Amino acid sequence: MDFKIRTMADCMAEGTTPDVLFWVGCAGSFDDRAKKITKAIAKILHHTNTSFAILGSEESCTGDPAKRAGNEFLFQMMAMQNISVLNAYEVKKIVTGCPHCFNTLKNEYPELGGNYEVIHHTQLIQELLNTGKLKIEGGEFKGKKITFHDPCYLGRGNGEYEAPRQLIQALDAELVEMKRCKTNGLCCGAGGAQMFKEAEKGTKEINVERMEDALAVKPSVIATGCPFCNTMMTDGVKHFEQEHTIAVKDIAELIAEAVDL
Amino acid sequence: MISQIIFALLLVVSGFFIFKRYQFVKGNILLGQKGPETDRKGERLKTMILVAFGQGKMFSRPFVALMHLIIYIGFVVINIELIEIIVDGLTGEHRSFVGFRGYYRLLINLFEVLAGLVIIACVVFLIRRNFGKIKRFQSAEMKTWPKRDANIILITEILLMKAFLIMNAADSILTVRSATPARVPSFWVSQISQPFLKPLSTGALEGLSHFCWWFHIVGILGFIVYLSYSKHLHILLAFPTTYFSKLQSPGSLSNDKAVTNEVKLMLDPNAIVEPVEFTRFGVKDVSDMKRTQLLSAYSCTECGRCTSACPANQTGKLLSPRKVMMDVRDRMEEIGNAKAANKGVWIEDGKSLIRDYISEEEVWACTTCNACTDACPININPMEVLVDLRRYLIMEESKSPDSITSMFNNVENNGAPWAMSAMNRADWTNE
Repeated sequence: MDFKIRTMADCMAEGTTPDVLFWVGCAGSFDDRAKKITKAIAKILHHTNTSFAILGSEESCTGDPAKRAGNEFLFQMMAMQNISVLNAYEVKKIVTGCPHCFNTLKNEYPELGGNYEVIHHTQLIQELLNTGKLKIEGGEFKGKKITFHDPCYLGRGNGEYEAPRQLIQALDAELVEMKRCKTNGLCCGAGGAQMFKEAEKGTKEINVERMEDALAVKPSVIATGCPFCNTMMTDGVKHFEQEHTIAVKDIAELIAEAVDL
Repeated sequence: MISQIIFALLLVVSGFFIFKRYQFVKGNILLGQKGPETDRKGERLKTMILVAFGQGKMFSRPFVALMHLIIYIGFVVINIELIEIIVDGLTGEHRSFVGFRGYYRLLINLFEVLAGLVIIACVVFLIRRNFGKIKRFQSAEMKTWPKRDANIILITEILLMKAFLIMNAADSILTVRSATPARVPSFWVSQISQPFLKPLSTGALEGLSHFCWWFHIVGILGFIVYLSYSKHLHILLAFPTTYFSKLQSPGSLSNDKAVTNEVKLMLDPNAIVEPVEFTRFGVKDVSDMKRTQLLSAYSCTECGRCTSACPANQTGKLLSPRKVMMDVRDRMEEIGNAKAANKGVWIEDGKSLIRDYISEEEVWACTTCNACTDACPININPMEVLVDLRRYLIMEESKSPDSITSMFNNVENNGAPWAMSAMNRADWTNE
């Protein structure tokens, strides 16, 4: 990165308080593909002069995969440890790079003592666009067919269908909808801790089923808002040997590219 | 006089059966744990009015929703006629309310129009269900009884409506022949069948009218008793089920309070915690479930919208969210029957909801995408049942697929689901 990204510890040492904490998430921190999404989000935040910081080595798994796999103990242990870190830094607002972190922090932490305003990165970017802090002018996606795969925990889980779509339209791209979209959107197959295990015996992989929906609308880009969906859709594209014709990108990456960051 | 006694006896007997069944179902639901769903009454009422009364979620499939709405309105409105039937039955009169003339004619005409529409809707549903290529009606769990149950109810509805219409047609003809004290005009729909009945003698018509009257009321009473044993309980239970349905964000899962206490004490041995009622972690059997979950299993009408929306089911996995709810109900019935056969005392039968009804393979196939709950016309939530079963497997039996176990270890030791060190979390900032 060609600018410095501060941690909450840095800010505390300086005596400053950032407006928003960027919760990177495990995939965004460790997965090579997802790191590119993380960098795109950071570039957008930097470009728009948003005052933000990360937790760095003090961030931990939110506990989402443990909770959904039935390990409520582990989830609550992670949650309480994270909450004590977040509360110690007096965090008020969090933006996440992952709908699973978003859902957990927003819906499952308050009861355990963690009360924050939590938004998904597409919602923050939409806010930056609507307040004029971010300007997107056509650019390389003009007229291209882009379809959006709704992450379950952003869409059905938390009712956010419009922010990512508004951003695609801001690219002057042609937003094409798959036959199953929004509330009817089909899961990519990674949720509920499926990402970390083999699928049960069946006739087909879920991401292949989903990729058929995507191929039917002949997009040049499949946009996602979740690092796990990104992995599943990328694998799906490879399954059909379409990696040279279809790109799988996070909305944040599309915006960062369009603004030439 | 004899017919009045028979009628009164019929009422008492069917009332007795309904009461017994009500007690049985109530007992089964009370097997479960008390839930906290007594808060936010206004929002709950609103959900019930929109989703159950207003059938808001049905309209994602408009044609079926319209057919279903017709049967629903028909059921509610035509049953107003029951008041007259009961008065007739007990007094031995025929058409006690005919004296209301204009109002009576209008009401019967309205009932007839609805009856005609109900017949059409039922025929459409029968054809759709038995000959339409609709995958969710052909699933493994929809063989034998569930399939028969649906057909029995549709055919019964048609016969009941036909009986009502034929009785009206017969009475209209008898009125013209001045052969009945209850003088009624021709009605809008039943007049269609008059030409077929006119060749009959007056005596035969009187007999037919009587037969239809008895068929109608015996049918309705039988229907109400039958309803309590079948998936058609949804007619009544959809209301409480939607009332108690989840108000939190659909993506959220509840935080187990017993676990919260344990974790708090682990982090701080001096922490003050509020004690909670506790049997075991997660759900092993129906008695570990919340009463509202058990209620929702009884209100499932097996439409299968959940299963047809489920990504695991669509890709050939064993999991079917509809089967999960049917299993919960079947297990409750099994326990209820065993208790009833043993003077109300439950003797452990060595079986449980997990494994004997729902296999681990089914439990682990769920992606928690929430499509099932979103698709359910009455907000039943199979996903939470599956997560509760996972909670039991993990926290009571420490049983999970190997890769899940290593994910847990990584989260616990490294703070990430992969074997990566927290120290490297911010590496991307320097890349």
